[in-house]
Amino acid sequence: MQFTIEVGRYSPEGTYADSASPPQGFPVPWDKSPPRRYQTFTVDLPEHAVVLDALIAIREYQDESLAVRCACRSAICGSCAMWVNGHANLACKSKLQDCTKDGKTRVEAPPSMPVIRDLVWGMDPFWKKHHAVTPWLENKQPVPGPREEYRVENAAMDELLQEVSCINCGCCLMDCESFAVNADFLGPHALAKAYRYAGDPRDADAKERLGEYSKDGGVWDCTHCYECVQQCPKGVAPLEQILKLRKMAVDAGFTNNAGTRHADAFAESVRGSGRLNELTLMPKSTGMFNVVRQLKTLPSAIAMLRAGKLPPIIHHKIPGVQRIKTIFQRVGGRFK
Amino acid sequence: MIFDHDVVVVGAGLAGMRAALEAARSGADVAVVSKVHPVRSHSNAAQGGINAAIGEGDSWESHAFDTVKGADYLADQDAVEVMCEEAPTDVIEFEHMGVIFYRDAEGKLGTRAFGGASQARTYFVGDITGQALLMTLYDQILKAGVKVYEEWFGTALFVEDGACRGMVALDSLTGELHLLRAKAVIDAAGGCGRLYEPSTNALICTGDGYALAYRAGAALMDMEMVQYHPTTLAGSGFLMTEAARGEGAFLLDKNGGRFMKKYAPNKMELASRDVVSRAEATEIAQGNGIDGNVLLDLRHLGRDVILKKLPQIHEVALDYIGIDMVEKPVPVRPGMHYMMGGVKTDVNGVTTLPGLYAAGEVACVSVHGGNRLGANSLLDTIVFGRRSGKHAAQYVKNVTPTTGGESLLRAEQERLRALLARPYKGETHARVRLDLATMMDRNVGIYRDEAGLQSALRGIGELRARYESVWVGDKSRVFNQALQFVLELGYLLDIGEAVVRSALLRTESRGAQSRTDYPERNDTEWLKHILLTYTPGSEPAVSYVPVTITRWKPEVRTY
Repeated sequence: MQFTIEVGRYSPEGTYADSASPPQGFPVPWDKSPPRRYQTFTVDLPEHAVVLDALIAIREYQDESLAVRCACRSAICGSCAMWVNGHANLACKSKLQDCTKDGKTRVEAPPSMPVIRDLVWGMDPFWKKHHAVTPWLENKQPVPGPREEYRVENAAMDELLQEVSCINCGCCLMDCESFAVNADFLGPHALAKAYRYAGDPRDADAKERLGEYSKDGGVWDCTHCYECVQQCPKGVAPLEQILKLRKMAVDAGFTNNAGTRHADAFAESVRGSGRLNELTLMPKSTGMFNVVRQLKTLPSAIAMLRAGKLPPIIHHKIPGVQRIKTIFQRVGGRFK
Repeated sequence: MIFDHDVVVVGAGLAGMRAALEAARSGADVAVVSKVHPVRSHSNAAQGGINAAIGEGDSWESHAFDTVKGADYLADQDAVEVMCEEAPTDVIEFEHMGVIFYRDAEGKLGTRAFGGASQARTYFVGDITGQALLMTLYDQILKAGVKVYEEWFGTALFVEDGACRGMVALDSLTGELHLLRAKAVIDAAGGCGRLYEPSTNALICTGDGYALAYRAGAALMDMEMVQYHPTTLAGSGFLMTEAARGEGAFLLDKNGGRFMKKYAPNKMELASRDVVSRAEATEIAQGNGIDGNVLLDLRHLGRDVILKKLPQIHEVALDYIGIDMVEKPVPVRPGMHYMMGGVKTDVNGVTTLPGLYAAGEVACVSVHGGNRLGANSLLDTIVFGRRSGKHAAQYVKNVTPTTGGESLLRAEQERLRALLARPYKGETHARVRLDLATMMDRNVGIYRDEAGLQSALRGIGELRARYESVWVGDKSRVFNQALQFVLELGYLLDIGEAVVRSALLRTESRGAQSRTDYPERNDTEWLKHILLTYTPGSEPAVSYVPVTITRWKPEVRTY
């Protein structure tokens, strides 16, 4: 079967920078990614072939200068993550038939990451974040003898297995919307890894970890866009691990942060009135007495006022709000 | 540039990182050189588990006997004893490092059955055991602060006054060649699956470590022992873990019959790999397969067991041939999987070249002999990785630093420059590699004979001639993969020749070596290892060492 594939090519040596311009520009904030040349190849492959098969065929028989990282070819090693038609995916897991849009498949290095050459991109941001969450067990004492394992229920291990499936491909981070606007956000994979250790019954430092992960750039900087859940090729669902970490952090008493206050303000408003009071959400999240932070929001408040987007000054309860309160009581927890 | 370290480890899979961690713990200044990021190493493809006699009622002696029998008595029994006796503490150490092993109802480590084993002693993490171990070990390397030269490709070992004193490596990101000087080098660069097509191995398994060591003067041992895994996916050849059969899957012929009853009436599907692969090849040749495959049937295990304990192979079969193994049997066939042979070492990783150690698949201790048991390879990497790291850290204490090596660096720069300057004459690395690998599969596969092997030897000579005019289709400095592939192909040709020559020499059938012209095992003449030593400008020198037998006399091998 004939497949057409359009490859975003880039060389730091400038060997193919001439006609460098994307068919259409990258969306903000990725539009500053280095320019690349788009080159079209046609390959003849079996109908169930994947994007990586096409790239290898090109590299072996059409253009040896095409740079692409790959090793296992079966979604185990995590080498071949890239943008396929504008979204993160493993080239070895993307079926050409499914990916062909308007007669072609477009692949390129993700514009959210430093590009090294062609489809090879720099994973430094990924590994720095990984390293930042203390990704190793701090052994709970006493460590059992050299022939004895920690006694732990299999259910507790099963709970962590989802993260252990992570192959460090970087798909989640390259499409993370929070990372796109805040390079300091620890990101989905590192926070999933953080949960894997904080949630391990054999770890001694869970509390200390949770304090670290609650700081700026940590669990509360996730905006629930679900890109990481959508793009993860191994079902790790990093967002789910982040939500577990949040709960653990709040339960451990790490509540003095904008994230917890924001969540609290949400819950209190809904419990009290049956709907969200957007006017008080911001000051309650930043802290009612944090005048400096609140003043910083003034320009956007004025802009919203001008655009007629400011929430109503008087906040009304919905009819039957008592039934909402009953729901909160039934659910239990901190807001019953 | 020039870098100096006490110990340089080549390869960042389980053996390499375990060696580096141990050497660092022993106080040595260690650096790891790897052509890929450590977590991309092929150790992550090991699915089924890792063997150790930990449970009550099991003993390391039983594990050792199973290993020796699996090896068809070609393993050195003193080495097997070391591996099996130390297995429990090495596996438990990984548990303490944080590996999420499967647990039983009491919260203790739980096991699954594996081929060729008399007891269920395989510890596992779903069907991603290698990946789980590799990731945990990588995090330990980070914790220990070990220096990793990532995406650096080894082009030559540096030998001075008869001892290995470092290596030259190509930094892919800059295209620069660097000299890494060391007091000892640990070769843990992994296997050479690219020598065969198809193979379960990753594209990075190009035998760099065998060729680097061989060219530097270290002996290769038992290179004819090439393992074919019984269950690789039709078409792509991806691995379908032995754990599938460990959990109870059947192998069926085209009529739905469990043909293993003819070949291994007791162990059935869980006979050793060489036995099962030969049985499949025979059935397929007799026309009892379907399109060159037999069927791996997991349906009776049920959805829960498949999704919980074998999720990865379920996903791979679904993704690459569109078969849901919960509902349909999966077509499989034997595929090249592992090298039992390799750089000859003792139980401390010491090779025949002073200052050079080897561990993992690239090494031949020999604990696997003629056929490796499933779940013994992960064990091999962590036991002998650790032992090599420890021994090397001691060894370097009595070695004085060298200031040499710059002439080798210049010579390597010149060699690469000449390669890049070659004109295009129509020959590419991809075509020569494919011709080599399909020939190896055809002539040096499961069944071999004199005529086929002689033809393969001539074939390698012809491929070598073609290799001399192979073109490098990329002239850039940054991430020039074509240059690396051409160098790798040179390595594969060396290894291929060693495999063919050893297979010709061993005129018997033992383990993975099945000579149709010598169908019997011959213990009077062949209880010995074949050693090949590189001789520039002529055929390799051949020598033999007897197999070490401590307590298990060779017996007739049935399953």
